[in-house]
Amino acid sequence: MNTRTIGAEAIAEKGWFGSHKWLILRRVSQLSILALFMLGPLAGLWLVKGNLTYSLTLDILPLTDPYVLLQSLLTGHIPEKLGLIGVAIILAFYFLAGGRVYCSWVCPVNLVTDGAAWMRGRLGIKGGAQLSRNLRYWVLAMTLVVAGASGTIAWELINPVSMLHRGLIFGLGTAWAIVLAVFLLDLFVSQKAWCGHVCPVGAFYSLLGKWSQLRVSAVKRDACNDCMDCFAVCPEPQVIRPALKGAKQNIGPVILSPNCTNCGRCIDVCSKDVFRFGLRASNKAG
Amino acid sequence: MGGSNKTPGAKQASRRRFLIDMAKSACGVGLLGGGLSLYAKQAGALPPLAIRPPGALAEPDFQGACIRCGLCVRDCPYNILELAKPEQRVATGTPYFVARNLPCEMCEDIPCVKACPTGALDHALTDINKSKMGLAVLVDHETCLNFLGLRCDVCYRICPLIDKAITLDPLHNPRTGKHAMLLPTVHSDQCTGCGKCEKACVLEEAAIKVYPIKLAKGELGHHYRLGWEEKRKAGKSLIDDQNIIDLPDRMPGPEDGK
Repeated sequence: MNTRTIGAEAIAEKGWFGSHKWLILRRVSQLSILALFMLGPLAGLWLVKGNLTYSLTLDILPLTDPYVLLQSLLTGHIPEKLGLIGVAIILAFYFLAGGRVYCSWVCPVNLVTDGAAWMRGRLGIKGGAQLSRNLRYWVLAMTLVVAGASGTIAWELINPVSMLHRGLIFGLGTAWAIVLAVFLLDLFVSQKAWCGHVCPVGAFYSLLGKWSQLRVSAVKRDACNDCMDCFAVCPEPQVIRPALKGAKQNIGPVILSPNCTNCGRCIDVCSKDVFRFGLRASNKAG
Repeated sequence: MGGSNKTPGAKQASRRRFLIDMAKSACGVGLLGGGLSLYAKQAGALPPLAIRPPGALAEPDFQGACIRCGLCVRDCPYNILELAKPEQRVATGTPYFVARNLPCEMCEDIPCVKACPTGALDHALTDINKSKMGLAVLVDHETCLNFLGLRCDVCYRICPLIDKAITLDPLHNPRTGKHAMLLPTVHSDQCTGCGKCEKACVLEEAAIKVYPIKLAKGELGHHYRLGWEEKRKAGKSLIDDQNIIDLPDRMPGPEDGK
């Protein structure tokens, strides 16, 4: 087992709340979005109808998942007006806020895979199958090809992301088994396997957020004491190095990789307050 | 990773690793894609008793158009629709109903169609009486009470398009020799497939059922002509009576059977 816990210095420096601020905000965001969807079926309060593939809020605001809609387009179907307005709103939001904000602030599977990562740490499970970080883009391409070739939105037949969310709202059935499979994959087979290597939804949102404005920035990277806590806690640790260590090569300090989920855990876990949220435009080397 | 300052051997090794990684990803994902395609093909077959909501596109198109949001389920005032769970034989997440449990109530404003954001439920459907969710078929002539000579008539009475989609057609009852049977007869040009008849059928297992139109309907050969209709259209018989060769009728006689 680890002799020191990740973020121990930050807790000592900033207190427990100070070093879990973004994590707490993220859980609040994830759970309240889920709660908004579930208020209807559980309490009869219909603020939001539908699920993450398409929802109608207060009978006026349509929101459409662009990845599912793209697959539908590839089957040769043109959606109705509400579906198109919904997709425009979502595209604009994630284009600015960072595509993978969806992954860390909205997606219900994040709770499952974060749970697996936590348990993996507690049980001291190390190693496992080596998956390429690019695998997800292959899976993404495959789902699009299969949609076009089969004429059906095939990925939605097995997509654990929509299955879990839809299941919680409309009835889970045996979808729990698929969610459990994702949990076990992350726990035993390979670290951060689903969200960081396989999931095509995340891959799609990565591409969508390639030029996003809201980014994490290592503004005080000179203060970095190489404790490596940010690397240990980050779901996509490869994105940090160029920004944190790029001063000599005149790179950074903004994390530009679209794989960054803007989860803010690096901000929490740093005792030196190296990171904070900023804008892409503020990326001046220094 | 600048390859310029590497030795040729290291360069070769890294290229080799890159190619092997590519092959691993491509093969793994290719297998997954192949499996997914086969599963999608199986999931494309809708079981006969699962009926899509009004205005649903033909099944293959529907599965490309429906994004499984469940808005139709939410806006159905009678809560008859549900989204398929993974263990059910309907494509996961798509809406359907089973008429024997709860039939479509045929709302005049068709809220389920209006709610659909993609047009998987076709917004061109504005008159619920024109919907074609399926077609009722009196599948069992042996147990239907009207076929047994009784006056059950329940399917006929409950039909929202009574005397149009279902009529009672009299026929001589050969069993008693002196009564009539009033046979519930479905007319495919009027039936919407709402399933009220199937729900209402008093038998343990309904004798009248709603099936997908493709299963329920026969189809004449396209070259077939109905002589009596051609005669009506032409205003006269199309056969030239004068030149018809009248072959001698062969009557069974005492010589037969030798």
